[in-house]
Amino acid sequence: MQEWFVDVAEHIADGDPIYLACEECGQVALPPRTVCPDCAGRSLEQRPLSETATVTAETTIFSSTPRYAEETPYTIVIATFEEGVRLTGQLRGAETVERGEEVRLGVESDGDHWLITFTPSD
Amino acid sequence: MTVQIAGVASTPYGKHPDSSTRELFTDAALEALEDASLSVDDIEELYVGNFIGDLTDDQAHVGAMVADYLGARQAASMRTESACASASSAARSGAQAIRAGDADVALVGGVELMHTAGLEEVTDALANAADNEYENEAGLTFPGIYALIAQVYMDEFDVTSEDLAAVAVKNYDNGISNPIAQRQEETDVESVLESPPVATPLCLQDCCPITDGASAAVLVSETFADERGLETVVSFAGSGQSSDSLALQDRPDLARTRAAERAAEQAYERAGISAEDVDVAEVHDCFTIAEILAVESLGFFERGQGARGAVDGETALEGRIPVNTSGGLLAKGHPVGATGVGQLVEITKQLEGRHPNQVAGPTVGLTHTVGGSGASCVVNVLRAGGV
Ligand SMILES: [Zn+2]
Repeated sequence: MQEWFVDVAEHIADGDPIYLACEECGQVALPPRTVCPDCAGRSLEQRPLSETATVTAETTIFSSTPRYAEETPYTIVIATFEEGVRLTGQLRGAETVERGEEVRLGVESDGDHWLITFTPSD
Repeated sequence: MTVQIAGVASTPYGKHPDSSTRELFTDAALEALEDASLSVDDIEELYVGNFIGDLTDDQAHVGAMVADYLGARQAASMRTESACASASSAARSGAQAIRAGDADVALVGGVELMHTAGLEEVTDALANAADNEYENEAGLTFPGIYALIAQVYMDEFDVTSEDLAAVAVKNYDNGISNPIAQRQEETDVESVLESPPVATPLCLQDCCPITDGASAAVLVSETFADERGLETVVSFAGSGQSSDSLALQDRPDLARTRAAERAAEQAYERAGISAEDVDVAEVHDCFTIAEILAVESLGFFERGQGARGAVDGETALEGRIPVNTSGGLLAKGHPVGATGVGQLVEITKQLEGRHPNQVAGPTVGLTHTVGGSGASCVVNVLRAGGV
């Protein structure tokens, strides 16, 4: 995996997830950007990200890539943080979730592969 | 300089276990040259779309390879890669070379052999169009991405799985009378809903098949067509291409394809037309939901109204705006790197009046091809009646 993603994942593992915010226009983004996707400004500041988010979309995958063949079916979630960014991860601790449900951000690693996860908050 | 379409061809779409990337492309290219009454010696520029050949064949440098095996070593050759929109980029590049006055004859096309690898390997290779770290590595597949889009769209606009299935029913029906189509079978709404789940809410019949195929078109300058006495009917009237975020998660609205909206606007402006002028369209229905998004981004339907197209018959062969008369990616098949020129072959035949599902007297047609989940899109507008 790319070094920048390992860095993003390690921040989550350490309990201090991060995102980027443009100091010029306020646009939010995820690493590893050097240019604001909205105003092309170069002042992207690293800020702390919430550890909970809201489910925006979810799907249960029945036909997977080789990496997850043994774990199929599994559920993928796109969740939106109050800061405005979204992340994609696998659902843990439940079979399904509904749109709008609150989930907690997590991460799993087998040493060299990192996986973002979401678990229902309650 | 007006760009004319002198000849087109697609191989049958489906399985070609005894062929290879170089052989299959050569088949399509030779047939397109024959259709154009030209020879390999006439080719000055060659652009070929190919998406996953590096992974399935362990072979890159596809432009030079197909130029070599086609016997066109004199040509400037290059592979274009924009995921599933690779061949549409090839067509656009060929047209640009002619319009710029750099060439009189460009062979454009695409080729993909997808059955050489297993289903999981192909799923993995196709996922390379997505963001590897944020999407692929998390286990998000291509059907999965479109399933997420479908869920948001269906929720927002009160659209049902039955409405999505209507797209498959229409396109399967069109595929039956297209001799090159991979799926030659009828379906109905119930069968789509009862087909195995791939990524909820999408089922197997909501998804395009795995396809081997190649398509090619010969583009020429108007001057060259006149000099050689070619009877060209269709011109390449305008093209648009745009980009969006690579990862779905970075789009403000998950169920909106902004790259397609921008590409359409640009193509319409360059062709001097508006959405109402389009008589027939081949759009990127890699999944049923994708056709609904496509007809909205092209301006054929208001946002949130696209499902009406297949449900109420507005996109049927006799409808207000016939869409995917070939059977589309869902029935004709989707050899990813060839699809854009495959669509161009179908629209050219419609405008020349020789399509197996001929609509009545179309003068303007277009192709809409999406790369990945919408991170790139190419819209090419064709017009009948030469200039
Ligand atoms: Zn900014």
